[in-house]
Amino acid sequence: MALAEKAQIFDRDGMRRALTRIAHEIIERNKGTAGVVLIGIRRRGVPLARRLAERIRAIEGQGVEVGVLDITLYRDDLDRLGYQPVVHQTEIPFPVTDKKVVVVDDVIYTGRTVRAAMDAIMDLGRPKAIQLAVLVDRGHRELPIKPDYVGKNVPTSRREIVAVQVEEIDGIDRVVILEERD
Amino acid sequence: MFKHLLGLRDVGREEILTVLDTARGMKEVLGRRIKKVPTLRGRIVVLLFFEPSTRTRVSFELAAKALSADTVSITAAASSVAKGESLRDTVRTLTAMGADMLVIRHPASGAAEAAARATTAAVINAGDGTHEHPTQALLDLFTMREAKGRLEGLTVTIVGDIRHSRVARSNVWALRAVGAEVRLAGPATLLPPEAAALGIPCYTTLEQALEGADVVMALRLQLERMRANYLPSLREYTRLYCITRERLRLAKPDVLLMHPGPVNRGVELAPDLVENAPSVIEEQVTNGVAVRMALLYLMLGGE
Repeated sequence: MALAEKAQIFDRDGMRRALTRIAHEIIERNKGTAGVVLIGIRRRGVPLARRLAERIRAIEGQGVEVGVLDITLYRDDLDRLGYQPVVHQTEIPFPVTDKKVVVVDDVIYTGRTVRAAMDAIMDLGRPKAIQLAVLVDRGHRELPIKPDYVGKNVPTSRREIVAVQVEEIDGIDRVVILEERD
Repeated sequence: MFKHLLGLRDVGREEILTVLDTARGMKEVLGRRIKKVPTLRGRIVVLLFFEPSTRTRVSFELAAKALSADTVSITAAASSVAKGESLRDTVRTLTAMGADMLVIRHPASGAAEAAARATTAAVINAGDGTHEHPTQALLDLFTMREAKGRLEGLTVTIVGDIRHSRVARSNVWALRAVGAEVRLAGPATLLPPEAAALGIPCYTTLEQALEGADVVMALRLQLERMRANYLPSLREYTRLYCITRERLRLAKPDVLLMHPGPVNRGVELAPDLVENAPSVIEEQVTNGVAVRMALLYLMLGGE
């Protein structure tokens, strides 16, 4: 079974503009940056969170802290996978209690990753609020979770894969839809 | 990943590094205020200890609890073993009750392997006789790697009763697998006869063995060895093999001093070295929990 590229959702400029808009929305919704922290979900949520933080600093002149979250130990499918996913380090060097935590991920799909991320963050403290920013919302939610900031809503079929590629990891900025072909 | 961890003799470099990498993520969990993640909810880990132990048993228990597994701790004195139940029957009974993992410490070499043959659960050897103590060696490697940033090419000098030490044996296998250079030092009666065949340098003069070492690991001297005539006297051992600050100057300036505990102060280590740099004995204990969490995670997850 091969994967073929079906459509491109974002090119480099499109991704840049979407992130800039989300940065503005985060500032607007939270009336500035006071008490706001960003937490990127490994792996591709992390560079996206860092970029949002850069833009927020450029816009507001005020930085926000960025943390890195590995949700492996909170997954609900560990005994269904047949292998053990690699555990990476969570690096959140600041207290989350009473903070407005913006969770950042590349794609939201079933919502299970975000559920795991929320449980993990709650174990670290009691945030004032948790918000969710994603580059792509591809639908098919299995849990009552809705992102607060969305780069683009993309209706997909379950046979498709939304592949987010970022400069820091993949050497290129773009988002494509891949489709399984037999 | 391996189904059982009975020893490190046949465990490869890749598997060892996977355990150490995973332990890094686990250590972060232990640094939190709430030291618990839900990963192994509903799994049962039975700790079966036929020999006295504080740190290993508590370490496994805390590791299992931090991953939300349920633990049952059994010591030989308070179990049917005292009524004469065999190891095999005890293991079968615990398996029938739904144990997913057995952690076993036993005075007989090979006991963990015997247990593994009698159960469908995963088995971790927490020390069997003079054979192996793999989790101790893995936590030692984790500690070395954390301090030095690498394992390959390190010179590690192990000092003391190598012959009877399961800690030394497991460390030798693991250190060789990851490309470290091992030296053994101690009185001739306590050096292992098989070392020469394995090409491991042995020293009866401690000073020579310490020269240029990156890591020095002192082993606990079992005082009953004196009665068995392996040593003429404790005083002589101390005079020749006790690690002192003075002697450590022969090693690298950034040498790491390790000991699996419990320490006989003034026998293996000079008293002022036990709690002070370059000793990392307490760090080893902390890392032990993280490494055991990694093993539980890697061995119990998946189907």
